[in-house]
Amino acid sequence: MNETLKLSLIAIAILLVLVTIAAGLIWVERRMLAAWQDRYGPNRVGTFGILQVAADMIKIFFKEDWIPPFADKSVFILAPAIVMTTILLSFSIIPFAPGILVADLNIGLLFFFAMSSLGAYSVVLGGWASNNKYSLLGAVRGSAQMISYEIFMGLSLMGVVIMAGSFNLTDIVLAQKNVWFFIPQFLGFVIFFIAGIAETHRLPFDIPEAESELIAGYHTEYSGMKFGMFFIGEYLGITLISALITTLFFGGWLGFGFLPPVVWFLIKMFAFILFFVLLRASLPRPRYDQLMSLGWKILLPLSFLNLLVTGALVLYFQ
Amino acid sequence: MFSILRSLWITFLHMFHKRVTIEYPEEKAPLPPRWRGRIVLTRDPDDMERCVGCYLCAAACPVDCISLQATEDENGRRYPEFFRINFSRCIFCGYCEDACPTYAIQLIPDFEMGEYNRQNLVYEKEDLLIAGQGKYHGYNYYREAGVDVGVKGKGEGINEDKPVDVRKLMP
Repeated sequence: MNETLKLSLIAIAILLVLVTIAAGLIWVERRMLAAWQDRYGPNRVGTFGILQVAADMIKIFFKEDWIPPFADKSVFILAPAIVMTTILLSFSIIPFAPGILVADLNIGLLFFFAMSSLGAYSVVLGGWASNNKYSLLGAVRGSAQMISYEIFMGLSLMGVVIMAGSFNLTDIVLAQKNVWFFIPQFLGFVIFFIAGIAETHRLPFDIPEAESELIAGYHTEYSGMKFGMFFIGEYLGITLISALITTLFFGGWLGFGFLPPVVWFLIKMFAFILFFVLLRASLPRPRYDQLMSLGWKILLPLSFLNLLVTGALVLYFQ
Repeated sequence: MFSILRSLWITFLHMFHKRVTIEYPEEKAPLPPRWRGRIVLTRDPDDMERCVGCYLCAAACPVDCISLQATEDENGRRYPEFFRINFSRCIFCGYCEDACPTYAIQLIPDFEMGEYNRQNLVYEKEDLLIAGQGKYHGYNYYREAGVDVGVKGKGEGINEDKPVDVRKLMP
């Protein structure tokens, strides 16, 4: 009983911290983007504008939550829930520190792949149910992008799985005691990072949303807290990919002593989140066909090559 | 590939650049003295109204936001009985200032005219009239030329010739 209570408390704490981080990232992103564009960003509400998040939350909760009369109502409501649910479920396998995790699954990584595949449904259904040509175009682009990048996202991580000999994320972290996997698996790290950007459809791969072409893509018709869930879902996605990169390639909670393991994890994770923002600040959006040909013609063969070489080397040294 | 990394690095270095933002309410952008902002009516060096009520500003105004009514005092000097500018219509083009023959109407570098009530943007003559001479110091229309309205006699103005007796042949 006591053990169950402790586990559920940990799960609730992780959930609250994650949602807070995702909301706070709105402020972090605006401030950092501003810094990289020689501006200040929101700095009026509270110290350094940190209460901007609270102001935005109040605003978005009081906005009219409008469902267009031409929309497919039930699917329209379901779509934003899917993105939040799948991403939050994916977090359950991430070991933030020894003991601070929700589920120690032996197929942890596969669970993440399953959840991120389901996440594609949120884009597709959201765009379809909106019954709007821009939304549909965004949904079509989004589904193609997410499905094709899913493939080598999985393949790029197989090198890590081969080296660690396990799908369990805790085992993968422990296997990095001597050397973090981004050194032997550098190619896999780069491919996973690119695939991660495409998977969260963040800039420069925000082709499903593409403000300049599709208004807001698949969430054009969304307003109020439904839009807010897509928005928070995007930031949760960034956090998830950053946490996964930290876990899989940068030794998770392993650090250099003097700080508690969870702090090391968070430091590494935030470094990657900031890198996501830096990418947004500096790179232009590629054309849709460029994105697809980069994925299928370059990154997919490279991830096969990475898998082949890693497997061969592991077999050779066994 | 290299150019992507290079642009990432250049963008990162912008973090240490000076910010271009002017944090407005605390810090204000320097406005040039001829900036076209709020419209005022100025006075001549003798502290009299410069406006002679010629209606040229109202005619020049592309949005018809100026309305006035000319009248005369006991000396025959013209002045506006009322002078009304609707700043909710005004586009601050400065045509009224260009049209004014007596430098009476002038645009000054002030733009902070926000109001909660739209009617408060309609400025009457007492709101428009300022105590000073604005941008053109020392100019008094009635001292330069014009009829005798108690400021100077006929033909006594600056750069003004004596009146010609049209019945004489001699120049």
